[in-house]
Amino acid sequence: MTRQFKLTYKFTIIILAILAAMGIGSIILLAIGADVTKTYLVILLEPLKSTLQISEVLLRAIPLSIIALGISVAYRSGIINIGAEGQMMMGILGTTMVALSLPTLPKIILIPLAILTGALFGGLWGFIAGVLRAKLGVSELLSTVMLNYIAAQFYTFMLRGPFLDPAEKTLGGAGTPQSMRLTKNLWLTRFIPRTRLHTGLFIALALAVLIYLLLWKTDFGYKMRASGASGRAARYGGISVGWYLVVSMVISGAFAGIAGAIEVAGVHRRALEGITAGYGFSGIVVALFGGLSPIGIIPASFFFGLLIVGSDMTQRLVGVPANMINVLQGIIILVIVSTKMILADPYLMERVWRWYQRHCKTKPEVEA
Amino acid sequence: MQKITSLRMEHITKQFPGTLACDDITFSVGEGEILALVGENGAGKTTLMNILMGLYQSDEGRILINGEEVRFRNPNDAFSAGLGMVHQQYMLIANMTVVENIALGYKEAWSPVKLDLAKVRARIVEISEKYGLAVDPDAYIWQLSVGEQQRVELVKTLCLGARFLILDEPTSALTPQETDELIVLLKRMKSELSIIFISHKLQEVKNLCDKLLILRHGAVVFEGETADHSMGDIAALMTGHEVELPVNKEEACNGTVVLDIRNLDVQSDRGFLALDGFNLSIRCGEIVGLAGVSGNGQRELAEAINGLRKVERGEILFYGEDIANKSPHHIIESGMGYIPEERNTEGIVPAFSLKENLILKDTERDEFSAHHFLKNKAIEANATDLRVKFDIRSPNTSVAAGSLSGGNIQKVILAREISRRPKFLLAVYPIRGLDLGAAEFIHKQLLEKRREGIGILLISEELDEILDLSDRVAVIFKGKIQQVLERKDANRRTLGILMAGVHDDQTV
Ligand SMILES: Nc1ncnc2c1ncn2[C@@H]1O[C@H](COP(=O)(O)OP(=O)(O)OP(=O)(O)O)[C@@H](O)[C@H]1O
Ligand SMILES: [Mg+2]
Repeated sequence: MTRQFKLTYKFTIIILAILAAMGIGSIILLAIGADVTKTYLVILLEPLKSTLQISEVLLRAIPLSIIALGISVAYRSGIINIGAEGQMMMGILGTTMVALSLPTLPKIILIPLAILTGALFGGLWGFIAGVLRAKLGVSELLSTVMLNYIAAQFYTFMLRGPFLDPAEKTLGGAGTPQSMRLTKNLWLTRFIPRTRLHTGLFIALALAVLIYLLLWKTDFGYKMRASGASGRAARYGGISVGWYLVVSMVISGAFAGIAGAIEVAGVHRRALEGITAGYGFSGIVVALFGGLSPIGIIPASFFFGLLIVGSDMTQRLVGVPANMINVLQGIIILVIVSTKMILADPYLMERVWRWYQRHCKTKPEVEA
Repeated sequence: MQKITSLRMEHITKQFPGTLACDDITFSVGEGEILALVGENGAGKTTLMNILMGLYQSDEGRILINGEEVRFRNPNDAFSAGLGMVHQQYMLIANMTVVENIALGYKEAWSPVKLDLAKVRARIVEISEKYGLAVDPDAYIWQLSVGEQQRVELVKTLCLGARFLILDEPTSALTPQETDELIVLLKRMKSELSIIFISHKLQEVKNLCDKLLILRHGAVVFEGETADHSMGDIAALMTGHEVELPVNKEEACNGTVVLDIRNLDVQSDRGFLALDGFNLSIRCGEIVGLAGVSGNGQRELAEAINGLRKVERGEILFYGEDIANKSPHHIIESGMGYIPEERNTEGIVPAFSLKENLILKDTERDEFSAHHFLKNKAIEANATDLRVKFDIRSPNTSVAAGSLSGGNIQKVILAREISRRPKFLLAVYPIRGLDLGAAEFIHKQLLEKRREGIGILLISEELDEILDLSDRVAVIFKGKIQQVLERKDANRRTLGILMAGVHDDQTV
């Protein structure tokens, strides 16, 4: 079997998978009586039509990619983090706390400090799930979901209580649960005029490089991947599998925390409800779609950013509810899982190879 | 069901990326015949049989049964044609019972609404009575010894109606007694079925098989009657040179004790004391062979020494330090080398490449990393070097270790453990699954290490291996040392008696 054939084979499978996802999506769109082609065209092309729209796509790709990077670290170390949503909220709280209590610090100190605090808070949330799994064998699926609930309640409590904007408490305020506008010293620069695109983009890219180096170029990464790939062999090799589970969960949580910090500092500039916007869950899909590697996660997060912005527009332009994005995400998860199984099936590949050879061998005769 | 009177594979060729696993192989097996398929590690034996079973498709060639061409697209096709295979790695589900495992493949007991376990059980009883294969249908797989699991695999294959048996290294993990029983059984079954038998042990091949097929680098290099050739001839044909297993003839060295195990108590997975007041000491520069039927505490001993199993009581003094219940990392750092029994799940990370596996224990060493960054060039150079030195057959150093042949996986582990320059080596069944040439090489390496002055504890069931290499022989039985013998006092007979649990004095 040639290398070229293998690549083509895998590429074709992925294309077919995307088509399949779109196909299933069409059925649902038809069912709600929408114009299928138009909807897809709007989702996939409309967001690329202007700089403003592209900047909005990138804006969403930033938290998605950071969260997905963290999830890929955990996943490769053998632990599945579905608690990024809660970890992100904790990160937002950490950042907000720093910005509220130290508003006079210069930008150059405040921004790193606030982001690091966000990372610390998110990391702590990841740490809890990691330790529970490593020491007591509590399934991370259970603990991270529960921690999501706790974080969500805590988040609401903080926004309604300690962090509540004093202006909202006065007579003129509406009582919206949100913090006051945070100090300008926290704001990330928006580097394209008339867009919201901020320097968090570069942070995300830097983090992607960092994760690539960590996982594939250092002994830490080696040990994490070994623990994830075969815990028993890793233990035999003197790697403390439990420790690396915890570390990877801390990194994963910290990344979600950073994503939260950057959303606050770059986009909203205050803590309010709904900042996380499901990024914590979409991040899982992005990580899987990106093949659990930074090289795949960057384009994957752009693609999902596109879907999010695109489906917002369908609401306006074709009248399809933006919730369709959730449906599409669900379909994509199912398709990814099946695609992975198909790609991992050597027998199927063999059969296709045979068919392909027969096809190619007879073809010249037909032409002759 | 129709009998299989002849089976023929013609011009079978199979190319894996970078490896020609089968190269134009043709052979046939007649009714009631036993064909031995032998050859070096990575010669293509397993691949050839996987093609026969429909697990792989050959690039070229065809299969004929009773003179008619057949095509197996998957193992089910092969089953329905009457072929059955017991694989090199057993494919049983550990937390299911014997009945449940066999029911998985026994389609006749399946109906859309119900699985008829009683029917499966009846079938098992029928088969085990017919062939004299005792199995307990309600035992969980994890409770069974390797030999018992092997018997379950055999019963399973027969239950599914196999009229042609393929056995891929069935004896490599069996005790000598179990092996003898299996050979007797197979001889008896010969009247009803044909068998293809893969093994590295030529004694068995001579004993059991009528015909012989030798593969090297995927091609047939010899085909003939077993009776016409001596074991030495066969070995030479297999490896291309005369094989002579080395023997430890040197004087015992009276060095200092480096590993001193005192009153060790360790529990087994099933909760009883697998080691019960175990005592043994090993000096530097000597090989101590630990003989015993497997399941008498060997696995627990190896794991306890390496920090992989909890020590209940007693101490393990390693160069004066008690390493009982220390972390595996600590024990490795103090100089322990360990060749584990489970090569596929413990000795390597299957998904990692060959070169990555060779540094499993050494990522932190200056040799392979600086400031936590891995030195790719050094890792590659190390792998290239060891691949040549230990003759690991693989297309390159980046292939996944899990895709290597069984014997080559073992070589990867040996290469890593020996080349790390340990201060002590614990070798558990080191030549299991290795071909003769590789076994010879490994034994030479072990003797070389001994000469360099490190202590070696060799756990094995092969008495020949123990007698060839050891300075002293200890016999383990039910978690205790029966007796420790000087090499000059040890022979097959005395060891056999001791291994069976009879104390030496009782026989006199
Ligand atoms: N799935 C696979 N992908 C790539 N290479 C493979 C695969 N399976 C086997 N090989 C290669 O094919 C060759 C033959 O392997 P095979 O397992 O048939 O050897 P074997 O004769 O059974 O050896 P052993 O005695 O060690 O079990 C080896 O070089 C092996 O690395
Ligand atoms: Mg094999």
